[in-house]
Amino acid sequence: MAEALIYDAVRTPRGKGRKDGKLHEITPIQLATQVLEAVRDRTGIDTADVDDVVLGCVAPVGEQGSDIARTAVLNADYAETTAGVQINRFCASGLEAVNMAAAKVISGEAMFAIGGGVESMSRVPMGADGGAWPMDPAVAYKTYFMPQGIGADLIATKYGFSRNDVDAYAVESQKRAARAWSEGRFKNSVVGVRDVIGEIVLDRDEHMRPGTDMQSLGGLNPAFEAIGEGMPGFDAIALQKYPEVEKIFHVHHGGNSSGIVDGAAAVLVGNRDMGAKYGIKPRAKILGMASIGSEPAIMLTGPTPVTEKLLKRLGMTVADIDLFELNEAFASVVLRYMQALNIDHDKINVNGGAIAMGHPLGATGAMILGTVLDELERTGKSTALVTLCVGAGMGTATVIERI
Amino acid sequence: MTTLHHDLDADGILTLTIDLPGQSMNVINADFTTDLAAAIETIKSDAAILGVVITSGKASGFMAGADLKGMGGLVGGTSAGTGPGGGKSPMAKLFDNVFRLNQLFRSLETCGKPVAAAINGLALGGGLELTLACHYRVCSDNPKVQLGLPEVLVGLFPGAGGTQRLPRLMGVQPALMYLLQGKFMSPQEALGFGVVHALAPAADVVAAAKAWVKANPTKFTQPWDEKSFKFPGGVGAMNPGFAQTFVAGNAITAKQTNHNMNAPIAIMSAVYEGTQLPFDTAIRIESKYFAKVVADPQAGNMIRSLFVSKQAAEKGARRPKNVPPMPPKKIAMLGAGLMGAGVAMVAAQAGIEVVLLDRDMAAAEKGKQYTADRLAKKRTDPAKMEALLARIHPTADYADLAGCDLIIEAVFEERGIKAEVTKKVEAVVGAGTIFGSNTSTLPITGLAEAWSKPANFIGIHFFSPVEKMPLVEIIVGKETGPEAIAKALDFVAAIRKTPIVVNDSRGFYTSRCFGTYVQEGLALLAEGVGPALIENVGKHMGMPVGPLAVNDEVGLDLSLKVAKQTRADLGDAYKSSPSEEVIATMNELGRFGRKNGKGFYVYPEAPAKKYLWPELSATVATPGEHSDATPEAIRERLLYRQMVECARCFAEGVLETPEDGDLGAIFGWGFAPFTGGPFSHMDTLGLANVVAILDGLTQRHGDRFTPPQLLRDMAAKGETFYGRAAAKLAA
Repeated sequence: MAEALIYDAVRTPRGKGRKDGKLHEITPIQLATQVLEAVRDRTGIDTADVDDVVLGCVAPVGEQGSDIARTAVLNADYAETTAGVQINRFCASGLEAVNMAAAKVISGEAMFAIGGGVESMSRVPMGADGGAWPMDPAVAYKTYFMPQGIGADLIATKYGFSRNDVDAYAVESQKRAARAWSEGRFKNSVVGVRDVIGEIVLDRDEHMRPGTDMQSLGGLNPAFEAIGEGMPGFDAIALQKYPEVEKIFHVHHGGNSSGIVDGAAAVLVGNRDMGAKYGIKPRAKILGMASIGSEPAIMLTGPTPVTEKLLKRLGMTVADIDLFELNEAFASVVLRYMQALNIDHDKINVNGGAIAMGHPLGATGAMILGTVLDELERTGKSTALVTLCVGAGMGTATVIERI
Repeated sequence: MTTLHHDLDADGILTLTIDLPGQSMNVINADFTTDLAAAIETIKSDAAILGVVITSGKASGFMAGADLKGMGGLVGGTSAGTGPGGGKSPMAKLFDNVFRLNQLFRSLETCGKPVAAAINGLALGGGLELTLACHYRVCSDNPKVQLGLPEVLVGLFPGAGGTQRLPRLMGVQPALMYLLQGKFMSPQEALGFGVVHALAPAADVVAAAKAWVKANPTKFTQPWDEKSFKFPGGVGAMNPGFAQTFVAGNAITAKQTNHNMNAPIAIMSAVYEGTQLPFDTAIRIESKYFAKVVADPQAGNMIRSLFVSKQAAEKGARRPKNVPPMPPKKIAMLGAGLMGAGVAMVAAQAGIEVVLLDRDMAAAEKGKQYTADRLAKKRTDPAKMEALLARIHPTADYADLAGCDLIIEAVFEERGIKAEVTKKVEAVVGAGTIFGSNTSTLPITGLAEAWSKPANFIGIHFFSPVEKMPLVEIIVGKETGPEAIAKALDFVAAIRKTPIVVNDSRGFYTSRCFGTYVQEGLALLAEGVGPALIENVGKHMGMPVGPLAVNDEVGLDLSLKVAKQTRADLGDAYKSSPSEEVIATMNELGRFGRKNGKGFYVYPEAPAKKYLWPELSATVATPGEHSDATPEAIRERLLYRQMVECARCFAEGVLETPEDGDLGAIFGWGFAPFTGGPFSHMDTLGLANVVAILDGLTQRHGDRFTPPQLLRDMAAKGETFYGRAAAKLAA
């Protein structure tokens, strides 16, 4: 079977996902188009050799509907023979897209395949696609549906992380992101987003608050207390599922949760022959991929079992991984992962994460894969594991090895 | 005999007057549906009929809904299967059955002639649903008239178009509130919501309805059958308001039912799916969910206990038949503490004179003040309040008891004190008067020895706070006669509470069985099960509060006292329970419960909420093999410990009927109402299964779980509690 090799990884900077965000004027199809253009232009490949483009998108309705991947292929002037498919693995969509691209390469279905994702959260709000899981009474009731924030607070309560712990993690994320930007650690992957007249409207992550400290976070009110303890009272459902917990402590807020942002990313995966054909050097090899399901109500504890599953299959242990990248959906998700797998903070999310820079749902997985690849190259390290917690209790992970 | 009178006037308006013969209130039964079907055929075929007005011939109201007693053939999956289609599955046949009423109402609203409902009074359940299938509704303007769909309260849901028409009239979100809570709306509220079109004095509703029909000869299309129909508030999965309503509504439903009840979530589904469909498909969806709900034993159990048995008990099911009515006119209340004051209040509210006696005048006055305070809180009309308070006569003088025709005693729970008081009262009123003791634990037969005619001595066990608690447990001592039972029941009827009648035993029925819930909770605690887990499982299984919380309310010092008294009374026969050491330790530490701000919980100053004492497990638990009990295992212990005690009460003859057992459990200590009570629940589980589980529990946890021989015998014969009771009645 063929190897899945990463030839390039690009991402847009992340714009604040609000009306005053710099990327709000940019349509989601433009975000997707510009990362596809960048991959083509940076590598010089003939897009006729790209068999498929897989793009994650979590709210694939309105401007993001009608298979935005194929639409972006056409809009980026790729060969019309290149297919495109939009997928939804909730928050891991971007990574799942890369994994699918890799699988296509490994199986021989594709020579080159692109995996990536796009989400303009300022233009197509989270939840705009509805869905039976939260809404259909029979389904929501059966699965003990509650919003992720309640799950994040439940994780903090159940595994003993205080408000202090989660805030301290958030402060560190901001610090690391600020240092990474000031030292230019993202420059290899970030491509500025251009507007209608070709001017760059954003070339740097917009969401960061480098001055964040414990005091400034301490003033923020818990975000999920009202829906948990008041109406409609999701805490009661959390206790029905986790009756060993006396009371949920609501510790998360905007400052220690992932930011709502706009952005897109693309990763070019191909077999060894393609690199030889174009004279481009593969940057890393994808050693393996996995997705799992776990208890859906608490929702966000999937990264641990998916990591265990993947490492076991690869015959590796936690000690064999030089760097971990776990999406900072909520601080407690990362703290629980470090606790469960005994991972040192120095090895995980070393350049910050979504708490500082934001989480464009469909794109994040591909973005953080590029981030950790850059870091492997910068530090000369070898292996990295990328993972995300996923809606409805899933988890997705990828292990790469630098070449 | 017809249930529907036809009267065609000179204008061609047919007035259909619903008047079920021999019934005080109109209900939907088989005769009525047959008559209505025939009437609809007449309306369609008779060209002389230009329009229709439907009203009621009862002063009591328009219609109360389906005849729940007559639903026995439907519930529990025992479909009569009288419909066509021999090869159909039982569920499909059940659907045919329940869909018939839906179709009938649909044929009324599509009959091609304007139909107006003249709602002269109360319209509930199927009664209101019938009016919703009319093209125009004019309702009595009396604000006390109740309109609503309360089916959910007995485990059912509106199955004659209610879940579809109400949202189409008032919008999904407001309709869900009424469908899920079963609460009533006044005519004024109904008008505001667009559920009725006009109000008029009750005497004028028929005239108003006729006038509308006459003025609107072509208004025979429902809004939802119009092409231009716009759903109030919007509808559909991509409508943000609709989505939000369901995300929140699903959570509220899960929260309020603890995932225990079938009807509320079925209502949610019927509304969610049905409101997105054309009307004819929508009512089919409604009937499918309705069939699913009635096919489950839950609805039948809830209807039986919460409606049929409750009403029967209140109408005197257990009253000796040959004793003439003897409603109390003037009662003596001995002891003006919390309990005595509460009894005085409810008696005075029922128009009964009360002599409220305590050791001194100040204590007696304080007891009367209790009523004044409660009434003031309820903002009672001052004149009414004055008249009511005038019926309570505080005193410290036994001579004032003369002339009382019922004595109720609620003095300190100590045999000696009770005997002394009993004798003093007899000296004034004579042993011919009926004497009721409100003891909650002391056997009645023993207490009766202090009264010269023990036939006139009975237990009347109230629950605190009396004005709120719905149950009264009547305890029949060995010598108690039928007149005492009749007198006690007539009093309970006067104060509008639900009675059960049980035979004498320590703790009678309710205190004895409820105690096992608390004791099992403490046993789990002692074994090292986390206190939060115990409390949550207790609540999630349908109990009103966790076992530790309720013990804190009662007082851990009181628990110790009761245990000591019981041990002293029983001597060698006393069986110690694993909970005792926990109670002893807590008492040694001075943790008495809410009363002194520390028990199993810590009680910080308001508004902070109580929380479990963090040192609790470390202090009272000895971790062992059961410390890791799963929620399912804990639930099983808390549930079966209560059920086996209930079964023992039945086997020992403390209980004479399963109805008493179910009502006492639900209304006395809040036993999971969705089960219909412990006896309904055991019948539903199957007694052989219950015995098998109890045997397993006995092996693992001791003989407090051992099933009584009677239960084994019944299980072996394949009997049920209710089946046995019915067979006994027939014999």
